[in-house]
Amino acid sequence: MPVEITPRDYSLIGLDAKLAVETGLSAAQWYACPVPRKRLKELMKRKDGPAIRDTLIWFAALVASGALGVHFWGSWAAVPFFLVYGVLYGSSSDSRWHECGHGTAFKTRWMNDAVYHIACFMILREPTIWRWSHTRHHTDTIIVGRDPEIAVPRPPDIAGILLNLFALKSGMHAFRLLTLHALGQLTAEEQTFVPDMERWKVTLVARIYLAIFACVIAACLLTRSVLPAMIIGLPSFYGGFMTIYFGLTQHAGLAEDVLDHRLNARTVYMNPIFRFLYWNMNYHVEHHMFPMIPYHALPQLHEAVKADCPPPYPNTLVAYREIFGALYRQMSDPGYFVKRELPSSAKAVPYNHDTQVVAAE
Amino acid sequence: MADDWVDACAADDIDEEDVIRFDHGARTFAIYRTDDNVYFATDGLCTHEQVHLADGLVMGSIIECPKHNGRFDFRTGAAKGAPVCVDLATYPVKVEGGRVFLNLG
Repeated sequence: MPVEITPRDYSLIGLDAKLAVETGLSAAQWYACPVPRKRLKELMKRKDGPAIRDTLIWFAALVASGALGVHFWGSWAAVPFFLVYGVLYGSSSDSRWHECGHGTAFKTRWMNDAVYHIACFMILREPTIWRWSHTRHHTDTIIVGRDPEIAVPRPPDIAGILLNLFALKSGMHAFRLLTLHALGQLTAEEQTFVPDMERWKVTLVARIYLAIFACVIAACLLTRSVLPAMIIGLPSFYGGFMTIYFGLTQHAGLAEDVLDHRLNARTVYMNPIFRFLYWNMNYHVEHHMFPMIPYHALPQLHEAVKADCPPPYPNTLVAYREIFGALYRQMSDPGYFVKRELPSSAKAVPYNHDTQVVAAE
Repeated sequence: MADDWVDACAADDIDEEDVIRFDHGARTFAIYRTDDNVYFATDGLCTHEQVHLADGLVMGSIIECPKHNGRFDFRTGAAKGAPVCVDLATYPVKVEGGRVFLNLG
């Protein structure tokens, strides 16, 4: 008799959250490819050099493209410069907050923290909320009811994804939350992963963000121009499309409720420009399996584990062929997901494809 | 007190600036060796979530959890910031005859 799949409850306070805890899917032991301790220590070694170099290039490119955009403001010549500025501001900030949030990009702690806060502001992700939400994402990756960062719940919200190419849905949501946080409140879901002792930071930073945006609006009114907002604020929206382009490759269309990152994450080969913009987050299986490895060592980690992983995607276009097909099918068949083929030598992992937990009706 | 010393491992079992796991009964510990050959011991699991610290990275006197990069000073057990908020328990260590002993009393 066929099993009827009921809609999943992706909230962190619903039925699936309770089930995930009861069935042992939450805070579980995950599969990790065998890597000798000596090699792992080499890969974990922290350096300041690569991230200082990349951050200087990033800031220099931001200043140059922004300055040229301002210089040519009022003519079509400004468009390509603001396009570059927007992607650097609204999309590259995704990988910067991520890597610095893990504390692995730089060896020096304050450098991680400084770039983390700057990048969080650029991508409209409140630093305390997202630090804790991402902690949960790594504990319970794509575990329904536990992971606050499931980008594409089933059935997929295609309109929402399209709106988020320019951060229209996520950005509006971010401003609603900023207002709530500035008033000293958290949502019920946020209360499940942000500890009490951290909540004052949420309120403080939300007020700082809103004060900065108020200054930008005042500058626009004073100058009777949208130009100040083109430099601070709007790039999070008009430059956010590469966040979606890169970000959907991470997990979209893959399995839920498995305890093996080889089954719910993708490693996609990317060109050097994409890898600079994305700080090697395209090695996403490897990152989830060993989150303490700095971004600059992920290609070497990939070489160390690739024989024990499904084949990587040769480029983003191949990944998107799979993602588009999967999301289209999930619109009518939410139970569908892409089954990644493990190497024959792979060990058995609990909660693999054939034992996926489905919420009872 | 003297009876509480437990023979854990050979001193050379731990590389300089590294950590190993030591299980004793139902408990698990992490034993550290600094780059100037001083040994320390703490509880083996991160206080944030149940992750073995022995899989993490030792940097000076800091142990970083392999899962969420939470950091502790393993000399004192002090949590050094989010996502770890609760200190680690620490245990006296002595090295005699090339062996590392933990006092679990």
